[in-house]
Amino acid sequence: MALIDCKNLSLGYDGREIVKDLSFTVNSGDYLCIVGENGSGKTTLMKTLLGLNPLISGDIEFGDGLKRNEIGYLPQQTPVQRDFPASVFEIVLSGFCGGMGFKPFYSGKQKREAIGNIEKMGISHLKTRCYRELSGGQQQRVLLARALCATKKLILLDEPVSGLDSNATAEMYSIVKRLNTDDNITVIMISHDISAAVSYATHILHIGASCFFGTKEEYIKNQGAASLEVTENE
Amino acid sequence: MSESLNQLYTYLQFPFVRYALIVGVLIALCSSLLGVTLVLKRFSFIGDGLSHVAFGAMAVAAVVGLTNDMPLVLIITTISAILLLRTGTNAKIKGDAAVAMISVGALAIGYLLMNVFSKSANVSGDVCTTLFGSTSILTLNKAKVWLCVVLSVIVVAVFTIFYNKIFAVTFDENFARATGTRVSAFNLMIAVIIAAVIVLAMNLVGSLLISALVIFPALSSMRVFKTFKSVTVCSAIVSVICALSGILISIIISTPVGSTIVLVDIVVFLGFWIVGNLKARNAG
Repeated sequence: MALIDCKNLSLGYDGREIVKDLSFTVNSGDYLCIVGENGSGKTTLMKTLLGLNPLISGDIEFGDGLKRNEIGYLPQQTPVQRDFPASVFEIVLSGFCGGMGFKPFYSGKQKREAIGNIEKMGISHLKTRCYRELSGGQQQRVLLARALCATKKLILLDEPVSGLDSNATAEMYSIVKRLNTDDNITVIMISHDISAAVSYATHILHIGASCFFGTKEEYIKNQGAASLEVTENE
Repeated sequence: MSESLNQLYTYLQFPFVRYALIVGVLIALCSSLLGVTLVLKRFSFIGDGLSHVAFGAMAVAAVVGLTNDMPLVLIITTISAILLLRTGTNAKIKGDAAVAMISVGALAIGYLLMNVFSKSANVSGDVCTTLFGSTSILTLNKAKVWLCVVLSVIVVAVFTIFYNKIFAVTFDENFARATGTRVSAFNLMIAVIIAAVIVLAMNLVGSLLISALVIFPALSSMRVFKTFKSVTVCSAIVSVICALSGILISIIISTPVGSTIVLVDIVVFLGFWIVGNLKARNAG
């Protein structure tokens, strides 16, 4: 049974359809990159998977005992967060919030786990620092640590490297890859950067005028064929 | 100096002065707790908007001839609060515009109704009292004080129990919703609480100055403190101290209660602003 099975999805918002007839599956341990033009519906797809956006038609099935509140999410930054007074620890800990039900306070175990996730991201020295004073790359690591508090299985990342310099970008990619290979967390990532997508991902989903879903190898072959066609036409 | 202290002591013998102090402190505490969330959610002006709605509702109650206008005012204000906070991030009319629209609309309708239908001889006096809360805090009866105590206890309890969830929802609504927190329920809860606090606070500082109680303590502590917890605790303390000293000062030098409290808030804000700048310079 696949972790996520999407059949004939039709996506959009405000009653406007953006993507039609999209089908793909994600298995446990996959690293799926979603690529495509601006406005092709990448973020809409992610929001629909998370239940933030209503599905127009089609089916999304969660398998392997995955529950809705067991998905980690790294959203794009909002303007509110840029001047938010909160320590790194407070933010990371808030990742547990969705799974707590009616319990009002965090347990000691959750606090230790949050500290563990902060260490995993290599930002222990920033634990008591204020979020708004960190660099872009450090902020992304904080939000990634928070996402890890929400999940052990599946993490969704919406352009995690946008606005980062090349060093921070490379570090971010290698952290995500480590989570995928070492911790066996399934990754679904939206990316602008096709070359990085091809080098890190196991599967590629291209949405736009023509949709493609398959393994990285198939994608490279397909793209190669496509570019050959272009040269022949010229 | 000792003369004013004596005078103060004499005043404190009166129950209505003690009532005013109790109610003032409680309202200041509640509004400052919510203030942090509202300021961070870019809803600083919601206090203003809602209090104008409450003003309109009071005018309606006066015209209809209700002797106890509290329930009607509370219901109308709560409904407006829910509508305003619910529209939130995805509305066609953005938050600030919606607040401004409802706020001036209610103010105009309220004043119109009071003018056309009022049986009182001193319309402008009534309006002024409602807008600036000049004397009503000194005319509180025991029932109103108790109502205020009960509501404050509820607000503080709810805030403490849901503190972590309120933080998560304020910091990142989408993440909270995606990971299974019932965000709309919390927004609804915050809306109901803020409406209750506003209706209570109208007695203290009047419609026009409520925003000051909500935003100044939060803004002051955000100059200096950098974690959510310290900002929340600090703004509660700042707010209570400002309200207390504002009421006492206004009694001693006989100034309007509401504006005196706001003035103290402004002075404290300037102090925090300077401290924050000095801290930043030392760190840099």
